[in-house]
Amino acid sequence: MKKAKTFRPTAFAFPYVGVTIVFVIVPLILVLIYSLIGEDGSFTFNNFIDVFSNPENVNQLFKTVGIAALSTAICLVIAYPVAYILASSPFNKIAILSLLFIIPMWINFMLRIFALKSMLQMIGIGQSYGAAVIGMVYDFFPYMLLPIYTVLSNMDKSYNEASLDLGANGVKTFLKVTLPLSLPGIISGISMMFMPIFSSYSITMAMGDMNTSVIGAKIATLFEQDSYGYGSALSFVLLVIVIAVMLIGSALSGKTSKPIKGGKKDE
Amino acid sequence: MNKKPSSIVALIVKWLVLIIVLAAIYLPLIMIVAYSFSPARSIGDEFGTFTLSLYGKLFENEKLLSATRNTLVIGIISATLATLLGTTASIGIHYMRKKSRAIIDASSQITIVNAEIVTAMGFFLLMLFLRDTLLLPVNFSITWLIIAHTVITTPYVILTVSPRLKQLNPNTLEASLDLGAGPMRSLFTVMLPQLAGAMVSGFALAFTLSLDDFVITNINSIGADIETISTFVYSGIRKKLPSEIRALSTLIFAVVLISLIVYNIIKNKNAKNSKGDKK
Repeated sequence: MKKAKTFRPTAFAFPYVGVTIVFVIVPLILVLIYSLIGEDGSFTFNNFIDVFSNPENVNQLFKTVGIAALSTAICLVIAYPVAYILASSPFNKIAILSLLFIIPMWINFMLRIFALKSMLQMIGIGQSYGAAVIGMVYDFFPYMLLPIYTVLSNMDKSYNEASLDLGANGVKTFLKVTLPLSLPGIISGISMMFMPIFSSYSITMAMGDMNTSVIGAKIATLFEQDSYGYGSALSFVLLVIVIAVMLIGSALSGKTSKPIKGGKKDE
Repeated sequence: MNKKPSSIVALIVKWLVLIIVLAAIYLPLIMIVAYSFSPARSIGDEFGTFTLSLYGKLFENEKLLSATRNTLVIGIISATLATLLGTTASIGIHYMRKKSRAIIDASSQITIVNAEIVTAMGFFLLMLFLRDTLLLPVNFSITWLIIAHTVITTPYVILTVSPRLKQLNPNTLEASLDLGAGPMRSLFTVMLPQLAGAMVSGFALAFTLSLDDFVITNINSIGADIETISTFVYSGIRKKLPSEIRALSTLIFAVVLISLIVYNIIKNKNAKNSKGDKK
């Protein structure tokens, strides 16, 4: 016992700590520094003023939130029933079935988008806002499905049975028992999809038209044009949004995870 | 079991929902596979005669081959590094005090939740800083991409290995130490073998994340002229991609499918073996 207590190989984490400082912390500081440097190299808030004074940026931000919200909502509406069916009997006994829905996760997403685009072109759907939304839903579907399916299939069935025994009908049981208990899965699915869409300019560029563009595309273009200050300021704003969403998300899931504590708490 | 007609209808509806969604997922992929054996210019054109010519063309397309090679090289090396870094980090974090553990966990979270585009810009600016401000002899290259991929995938390895580490019986390590084995030897002969499964899962996760990456690779190859499959497809998708891409896609689908089947067979075998042991 004594020996084990003195055996503390914390030093094993040092390489990772070093890597994290150099390649995670320093870059974030650099984004902040570059966003505060003007074209002449002096300290300035002009980049941030430019970001907020240009209505196009605000517009683009709202558009990004719009397309992210729309795609996430559609994906959730399709994924939830599928997850619910897969987790219910007799489908939960067919192991390969759920796997079939997850397999695309392991295929390069750009190739899947290429396949989808060819397919849509074949049936006469060209580059458009709708096609971009279809692309998002197609790409993120397994990531939305998996957390919801995991929560539903790990759920203690006795809660449902209790609700039914106590006289609630199927719909009421679903709304009052199953749905609230599956909220952690839903939140996890939404967060796996909503935020990445801000960055996934590849899908909007491939599938969308001139009107479909996310804020990530704007940042990428700015850096390609060597506007590092402006691009960094926009990145920094996005970073602040990410942190805000993350805090809201963890506050929400903190609240919802409480009721399941008595039962199985698997995510 | 005697089923009411309404439950049979419900069952049919459920099957229909699953089949429609599966069809939507797989139809585009199946079309690509089918048309990889056709000389047609694009999908949906007249199929023509069955041919393997696209596969022949694929192995003559230097650009596509080098993109594939880059993708694999970056994926394998970065996943290996991430597995080593992530496993050692997990062991270190496991023995840390609560406070320092919380700080490291939070910084791992940064990489996972941060918008990819911001992470990509961070790497880009870091390279500019190293090259132009510190005047170090470095530049955007495949090595830089390997480093970037290692950094973004390591937190996922930690997420895979850490839970397994918590499950381990601490007595086995203590027994090894009490019986006179040094800390290093105990670690390598007692702890690491028990972590092997989680390390393999971590490697697989890191590898797939690396293969799938687009944003970080795209931004950090500005001016370096390195293509991966993702950036190659991206740069051509708005205009015209060579038809050989259908052959490449088919090969990739096949590899993914075969690996998953093999993985599941091994998993089932192990599950059966461990059941037998218990009995």
